[in-house]
Amino acid sequence: MVATTDDPQPAELVLLGDEAVALGAAHGGLCAAYAYPGTPSTEILEYLIGYAKTHPELHAGWSINEKAAYEEALGVSMVGRRALVAMKHVGLNVAADPFMNSAVVPVNGGLVLAVADDPGMHSSQNEQDSRYYADFARILAFEPANQQEAYDMTREAFGLSERFQIPVMVRLVTRLAHSRAVVRTSPWAATNTRGKTDDPQGWILLPMHARRRWHQRLEGLQAIEDYTERCAHNSLSLSDDCALGVITTGIAKNYYLENLPDLGMAPSHLHIGAYPLPVVKIRALAAQVKRLLVIEEGYPCVERLISGILGAPLAVHGKRTGHLPAEGELTPDIVRRGLDLTVRKGATVVDLKLPERPPQLCPGCPHADTYTALNRALEGQDARLVTSDIGCYTLGALPPHESIESCVCMGASVSMAKGAADAGVHPVVAVIGDSTFLHSGITPLIDAVAADSDMTLLILDNGTVAMTGAQATVLPSGRLEPLLLGLGVDRAHLRYVDAHPKKVAAMEQIIREEIAHHGLSVVICFRACLETAKQAG
Amino acid sequence: MKCDIILAGVGGQGVLSISSLIATAALQQGLHVKQSEVHGMAQRGGAVQAHLRLADHTIHSDLIPKGSADLILSMEPIEGLRYLDYLSTAGALITSKAAVENIPDYPPQDEVLRAIVKLPRARVIDAAGLARKAGSARATNVVMVGAAAGLLPVGEELIRRTIRAVFARKGERTVETNLAAFNAGREAAAPARPTTA
Repeated sequence: MVATTDDPQPAELVLLGDEAVALGAAHGGLCAAYAYPGTPSTEILEYLIGYAKTHPELHAGWSINEKAAYEEALGVSMVGRRALVAMKHVGLNVAADPFMNSAVVPVNGGLVLAVADDPGMHSSQNEQDSRYYADFARILAFEPANQQEAYDMTREAFGLSERFQIPVMVRLVTRLAHSRAVVRTSPWAATNTRGKTDDPQGWILLPMHARRRWHQRLEGLQAIEDYTERCAHNSLSLSDDCALGVITTGIAKNYYLENLPDLGMAPSHLHIGAYPLPVVKIRALAAQVKRLLVIEEGYPCVERLISGILGAPLAVHGKRTGHLPAEGELTPDIVRRGLDLTVRKGATVVDLKLPERPPQLCPGCPHADTYTALNRALEGQDARLVTSDIGCYTLGALPPHESIESCVCMGASVSMAKGAADAGVHPVVAVIGDSTFLHSGITPLIDAVAADSDMTLLILDNGTVAMTGAQATVLPSGRLEPLLLGLGVDRAHLRYVDAHPKKVAAMEQIIREEIAHHGLSVVICFRACLETAKQAG
Repeated sequence: MKCDIILAGVGGQGVLSISSLIATAALQQGLHVKQSEVHGMAQRGGAVQAHLRLADHTIHSDLIPKGSADLILSMEPIEGLRYLDYLSTAGALITSKAAVENIPDYPPQDEVLRAIVKLPRARVIDAAGLARKAGSARATNVVMVGAAAGLLPVGEELIRRTIRAVFARKGERTVETNLAAFNAGREAAAPARPTTA
C-alpha cells in the first residue's frame, strides 16, 4: 500500500522509512530526485516517481548508476534548485568521487544524500557504515530514529545544506528503511528562490580554487558543530544515577527504550541524531557517569570517535569491547543483553531440524536456462573461471546451478575476467545482467575490447532491474547490440540467443564456439524477466 | 494492550500484503502500528518474515523481542516453526497447511504437522482449499487473516471494510472472493481461542 497525498495540509500517512524520506524531500521544496535501485534504498525513488506523476513540476527518475545520479543532483544544486540523491551504502562507493568533491564546492540549492546502510547484510555484500563517509567529507549527517524523523530531518536537511553550503546526508538502516509507521506531515515548504551559484570559481576545482574552498570549508566547520551541539536531534538527559550512562544513535534508541522499563534505573542518556558529534554534550554525560555504553547500528563509529574526546579513566563499552556484537544488525534482544538484562525465553522449539530456505531464482526464470547451457558448455573445463556480478543471477552461485565463482561489486565480472585472462586462464566467462552492465560493465569492457582479451562475456538481458523489484532497465534491450558494436566488439563474435528452455542446446553450442575463439566474445542471452511480464500483464 | 505478530512464509505468498492489510485495519481502529518487512534478495522464493506490532501506546522497537510475540501467523508449516523463539509462552501459532517444498531437504510433512500440534496453542488451516472454495487460490493469505481474526485486537467489520478498500480497484468479484475467503478462515478457526488443532 503506497500512501500518497495531493493535499498540502497536514496529514497522517503510513509510510516506510524510505517513503518518509521521499515525502519529506517532496514537501521540502524538492526540484529533482535521482537514484539507482538498491536494497534497502529503492523505495525512496519509487515513491517519488509515483509522486511526480501528479506533481509534474518535480523530476524523479532512475539514473544509470549512483555516480551519475549524484552528479545529476549536483547540477541541480549548482543552478540553485533543491535535489535529492538516494542510494544504498555500497552505491556511495560508486558515487564517492562526486560525493567527496561536492563537499568542497559551495553547494547552492539544497543537496541531500539519502543513503541506506544494510547492517546484517540482508541484501548486500558488506555492512559498511556511511557515517564514516560523512565524517570523511566533513559534512552534516542526520540519523533518524523513526519514520517521523526520517520525514522531518529530510525536510530540514535542504535548508541546512543551503545555509552551510554543503551536501547533507540522511543515513538510514534497513530496519528503518523497510518499516512502516504513521508519519504526520507538515504544510509544504516554499522552495528556495536561488539562481545560479554566485561563486562560480568555487565550482571549478582547479587546485587554486580548491585550496580556497577547502580553507573556507574548514573555517566553516565550527558553525556546523555549533548547530549539531545545540540542535534538538542530539538530546541529553542527566539523571542522579551515576553507575551507567548510555549513548544511542538512530534506531538503537528504540531498542534501548524498549528495554528501559526492565532496567530498574534511569541512566543518563544522550541520543545522537545529528553529526558531527555534540562534543560538549558527550563531555557533560561522561563527567556524570562511571561507565558509558554506546549503542549504535553499524560500525562502532561513535564509540571510536569519542575515544579521542574523553579523558581516561572512564570505561567506554560497546562493539569494540564485546558488550555488543561487532557484526550484524542490532535487535531488542541484543541490546537487552548489552544492558545486562536476561533475554526472555520463547516457546519451546520443537524437536525437528528445520531446513534453511535460501532465496532462489523464480520457477521458469530465463537465467536458469542460461546457467543450464553454460554448465553444459563448460563440462570438463576444469581450468575455467566464471566471474559474475550483482543481481538475481548471483543466485546462480547456489544449488542447483552453482555456475558462478565471484560476486564482488557492480561491473567487476567484466574487469575480473579480463584480469584472469591476462593471467593466462582459459576459458574465462563473465556473467552480468543488462542493468549491471550499463551501470558499471561498459567501462571495463572497453579495456577488454582494446586488448581483445581471451574471454567470453554473457549479458543476461531480461530488460529489468529484477532483484530490487522489477524496475525497467534505463536503456531498452534493443539498444544493447548497437552499443556493443559501437564499443568495438567484433560483429562476428557478438552473438544473440533466446534464454528459453527450448533454446538451451543452441545456447550451449554458441557458448562453446565463443569459448573456443581466442579473443573477446559477447553473447547476449535474452528473455524478459517473469516478474516484469507479470507486472505488465 | 499490545499485540505482537510475526508473519511468516515463503517469498511470493503474500506475507507482506496481509501484514499491510492488518496494519491498515488496526490504524482505522486508532491503534499504534509498526510494521517491519523484508525486501530484496530474501523475497526470491526464500523465507520471508514481517514483524507487525499493534498497541494502544507508543511502540519503540520495529522488531519484536524474543519470547514476546502473541501470534505467529504463517503461510507455510515449517516457516511458522522457524520463529518459535519469538513466541511468548502464552502465544498462538496459526499456520496454513500446504507445504512449499522448493528445497531438497524438506522434512516429511506429517512430522512437521505433528510438531506443530504438540505446541500448546496451535492451529493448522487448509487455507489453500478454503481459498479455492471461496473462488480463488490467490486468496489463500486472506483466509489466514480470517483464521487470525479472533486473536487480533481489531474489529472484524473493520477488517472486512479494509479488504473491500484494498481490493476495490480489482473489481467487485475480487472483493467478494476475498471477503468469502476471510469468512471461511474465520469459521475454520472458530472457536476464536483455539487450544489444539
